[in-house]
Amino acid sequence: MDTKITLSGLTLDNPIIPASGTFGFGREFAAFYDLDILGSFCLKGTTREPRYGNPLPRIAECPSGMLNAVGLQNPGVDAVIEQELPEVAKIFRKPVIANISGFSIDEYAEVAAKFDACAQVGILEINISCPNVHAGGMAFGTDPKSAFEVTQAVKKVTRKPVYMKLSPNTADIARVAKACEDAGADGISLINTLLGMRLDLRKRRPLLANVTGGLSGPAVFPIAVRMVCQVARAVRVPIIGMGGVSCARDVIELMMAGATAVEVGAANLRDPYACPKIIEALPDVMREYQIEKLSDIIGCAVKE
Amino acid sequence: MPKSVLYTVETRKKLTHDTYELNLSGDTSAITKPGQFVNILLDGLFLRRPLSVCDWDDGTLRLIFKVVGDGTRQLAKVRPGDTLDTLTGLGNGYTLTGRAPILIGGGVGIPPMYALAKAYLRKCVLPRIFLGFRSPDDAFYIDEFRELGCETAAAYGSTLVTDLIRDRQPAYDHYCACGPEPMLKAVAKMCRGVGELSFEARMGCGFGACVGCTCRTLTGNKRICVEGPVMRSDEIDWEAL
Repeated sequence: MDTKITLSGLTLDNPIIPASGTFGFGREFAAFYDLDILGSFCLKGTTREPRYGNPLPRIAECPSGMLNAVGLQNPGVDAVIEQELPEVAKIFRKPVIANISGFSIDEYAEVAAKFDACAQVGILEINISCPNVHAGGMAFGTDPKSAFEVTQAVKKVTRKPVYMKLSPNTADIARVAKACEDAGADGISLINTLLGMRLDLRKRRPLLANVTGGLSGPAVFPIAVRMVCQVARAVRVPIIGMGGVSCARDVIELMMAGATAVEVGAANLRDPYACPKIIEALPDVMREYQIEKLSDIIGCAVKE
Repeated sequence: MPKSVLYTVETRKKLTHDTYELNLSGDTSAITKPGQFVNILLDGLFLRRPLSVCDWDDGTLRLIFKVVGDGTRQLAKVRPGDTLDTLTGLGNGYTLTGRAPILIGGGVGIPPMYALAKAYLRKCVLPRIFLGFRSPDDAFYIDEFRELGCETAAAYGSTLVTDLIRDRQPAYDHYCACGPEPMLKAVAKMCRGVGELSFEARMGCGFGACVGCTCRTLTGNKRICVEGPVMRSDEIDWEAL
């Protein structure tokens, strides 16, 4: 059973990567298991300045999922590099994926340039899809032209592989993906959360202080499969697929739809052992579907 | 350090029309301080439900909860022998400060005060208990606190627990409170010195990963699930809550 996959020259032992914002900087999960079993992991979304994010409440239960409106809380890129990365090195010996957010093209480039100097960072994932901030964020990822510009600006300042993380909250995700590829992106990550909203019936008001939040969890998995497939048909660069993945079968499904690697998000919050359980189950599920080599199935279901 | 434990329901008892007591068996080694909480996975719900620990010893755990939504409604129907997938030993807990503490609980904020009272008693410190309920029909555990040997007073309805304290004028050198936010605020405003307050929040994970429950305090951002739920009264930024 061969579970290895390669993302832009970086070979991972398996395709399982905890998604940004559901894994902090790894510490909380290191209390439960040895992180080195993971393919890699995505750091908490990082901006130039420290951010508190949105007021509470910023979490809501949903049918088969959850809304979050955290709003990119993070200590800022300098603190991430000076304080968090050395701590990460103590609990994870493989390259990590830095996740970058910004409110201007310059900010994306500045943060990317800083991570470029970090040997621990194997890939830059550029989040142009956060639905919980009111300027920047998702605005860059829903329009092909601005997605192109962010990609180009980041590519100029780094030699590390650049993966653009796209929003499902757009009319034509394949066009946005293509624009990123045209601008030199080394890969595409998708999907970020879908914009949702819940009400507090007693208070007759929105439940989240931010009014809206991003929907994640199994509820969004079919949308992820559809969009990974659409993007796989539109671009040639590798895809990191995500959105509601909760078991090894979901991993196989997203890979058959075109993903080279798979991020696991909300499932980590429900069950801290979600990723080790998936990794443990992968060989059996591969056997069940007669898969010898996991990388063989990438996009097999969607080739036209 | 948090731990994932499968608890077995031993008994379920109805304490009031909407409040239940569950006694569970299983590994409690991760619970080290009163005021900590557990986070329970329930069928058909995506996120776990956080509940404060009412009491524990080696191998048994007691929880008290009020039915407020889908999660607690389901929990109210568990039967002896059922198992509960639980993350345990979450949060910081109380520090057991003081030689003459008063413990103040409001509604579902009362359960953690029980283990706290017992922990103080083990240190040969006798706390005084002040409890607030919406009505006499909502009252529970007054006798249990008295059976511990603690002087226990209860307030109902429009009489607030702070009225009770003002009225009784207890001598105290520390206070601990858990209950609705307006109660915590009133307690912090009225009581002398620095006390410990336990806060509630809608949580994603309950173990610090998602930062969904981070609040601003005067000493920086704090995750209610890790750096809380118990916080010092002098670090709360009431404006930012």
